[in-house]
Amino acid sequence: MRVLVCVKRVPAPGAKINITPDGQAVDTAYLAFTTSPHEECAVEAAVQLVETHGGEATVMTLGPADAEEQLRYAASVGVARCVLLPIADRDWDPQRTAAALAGAIRDLEASDGPFDLVLFGNESADAGNFQIGVRVAHALGRPMVNGIKGIELDGATVRAKREADAGVEVYALPVPAVLGVKEGINLPRYPTMKGRLNAKKVAVDSVEASVAAGGQQMITLLQAQEQVTQTVLLGEGVDAAPAVVDLLEELGLLK
Amino acid sequence: MSVLVVVEHDRGALAPASLEALTAARSLGGEVHALTLGAAADASAAVLAAHGAAVVHQVHHDLLADYGPEAWGESVAQAVRALQPDAVVACGTDRGNEVLAQAAARLDLPFVANCTEIGAGDTWTITRVRWGGSLLEQCTLTAATKLVTVAHHSVEASESPTAGAVQPLAVDLDPSLARTVVCERVERAAGVTLGTAPLVVGGGRGVGSAEAFAPLEELATELGGVVGCSRAVTNNGWRNHTDQVGQTGTRIAPDLYIACGISGAIQHWVGAMASKKILAINTDREANMVTKADYAVIGDLHKVVPAITAEIRRRRGG
Ligand SMILES: Cc1cc2nc3c(=O)[nH]c(=O)nc-3n(C[C@H](O)[C@H](O)[C@H](O)COP(=O)(O)OP(=O)(O)OC[C@H]3O[C@@H](n4cnc5c(N)ncnc54)[C@H](O)[C@@H]3O)c2cc1C
Ligand SMILES: Nc1ncnc2c1ncn2[C@@H]1O[C@H](COP(=O)(O)O)[C@@H](O)[C@H]1O
Repeated sequence: MRVLVCVKRVPAPGAKINITPDGQAVDTAYLAFTTSPHEECAVEAAVQLVETHGGEATVMTLGPADAEEQLRYAASVGVARCVLLPIADRDWDPQRTAAALAGAIRDLEASDGPFDLVLFGNESADAGNFQIGVRVAHALGRPMVNGIKGIELDGATVRAKREADAGVEVYALPVPAVLGVKEGINLPRYPTMKGRLNAKKVAVDSVEASVAAGGQQMITLLQAQEQVTQTVLLGEGVDAAPAVVDLLEELGLLK
Repeated sequence: MSVLVVVEHDRGALAPASLEALTAARSLGGEVHALTLGAAADASAAVLAAHGAAVVHQVHHDLLADYGPEAWGESVAQAVRALQPDAVVACGTDRGNEVLAQAAARLDLPFVANCTEIGAGDTWTITRVRWGGSLLEQCTLTAATKLVTVAHHSVEASESPTAGAVQPLAVDLDPSLARTVVCERVERAAGVTLGTAPLVVGGGRGVGSAEAFAPLEELATELGGVVGCSRAVTNNGWRNHTDQVGQTGTRIAPDLYIACGISGAIQHWVGAMASKKILAINTDREANMVTKADYAVIGDLHKVVPAITAEIRRRRGG
């Protein structure tokens, strides 16, 4: 089977996210980069599907040239092919990103055959637009369900599970299908030494995309309002236990 | 101006989030209509009118007997074509975002998810949530019909009664859309969940192993709460992801969150910040969790947590 995973390179902030003075981006001077945990799980799901059913997994991203790092990471855990849609300027809006990805997928399918499954993350870590996978699926004319925490391939049907408030919902989608994956579906593996070496050698195909901008345009990033708390120190070590239990009583939690 | 609110329900049970969407829609100025999908939702018309829906458009169709992102999204797209509203609003829940994304794709319109402030006008100026709430973005939205979701819990639902007319709305759904309608459901067992628990005892990398969570379990049980954890813990395989608090886990809002051996990375914090009070137990007094918490104990959680449980039992005379 052929599986494609779409991932997005994002900064990995620690205790606080700082914004550049012009308000256009996260200040990444001291930051590493990663993808959303949802997307890491989508990559793992793709690799597992290929291990079980045979075939090949491909990873694709639209982003700066440096996003090659995230593609190679996917290669280090078992993805065979890497495709980069390089963009020079800042993030594209969701309509534009989706149109570019859909176009590139069509081209890949025209030359190498259709993907049985295209996987996305539930949402990107930074922008959280909750739509790029849905838009790509619609452009390709394929069924799509987001928030998936279980994938089982059964012939020409993929059974996908999703956790809702009321319980676990099951969807049965005809293949080819598109799914948005949520963290928790699996525990992503770490790259092996051999995987890392392979990833250095894998070719990264570069595909130019030219698509018009959509109707959502970012003006600036802003800090969220932060409540400043004066932390009350209840004590050190086991000696603090009575003060903690006093607090529990005060909060009405000792019923 | 006219605003159409997409009502979220589960087999007829109205999602409280829908009332947040209605309340937000009213603040845009103009007439507010509601759209309910599936006959099971008909009964909610009175509540929707009480929250300001001048007209409730009711769609009946076999494919809307249960939730299905494509059948719902296509119905919204057809409602937009028929009613020509200036804007469509839903709440930014899993379903709300998914349905509006489906509708937007079908209408080839932009869609802005998880908005906290909307400046309506010809072009809208919007503030929206990024990074699960750690950062905001200001953006503009230019479209014939504006599709947005309002961030869940960013608006408090309030009533604004109208007489509320009910009108049927016909949609034409291709039978193939059955492919993404829920085909089976395993109901959740009753009981406290991480998202609704009044008390959560959270453990991070500082706990050290799966076994070392036992004292945290004991404390949680003693207080009628549940155990949560950080992503470092789930990544190590110490606990299931269903226990994870944070941006890609569960948002919690207990009366008290006791965070043990958790550094307080921004992605964990956004899942915990709705807690009424936070108590951090950490060896590092400079840890972000400690400096942001309401209360802190500096010390080794492996000693402090059992001491708290023992003190509770002592006071209860057990
Ligand atoms: C896009 C994205 C999404 C993410 N989503 C989430 C999410 O949903 N939830 C989440 O939790 N993380 C998330 N993360 C990961 C996050 O950035 C942190 O890596 C993670 O929260 C760290 O977990 P931790 O605090 O347990 O571990 P650490 O950061 O390693 O902290 C361990 C803490 O334990 C203390 N400690 C050690 N020993 C003891 C002891 N004996 N007694 C008391 N204290 C002790 C240390 O002082 C330290 O403060 C996400 C990251 C990214 C990039
Ligand atoms: N620039 C991008 N390149 C490749 N995939 C992307 C990109 N942006 C978003 N995606 C994918 O689409 C999903 C949803 O993104 P979003 O709509 O921004 O929440 C992400 O989890 C990724 O799988």
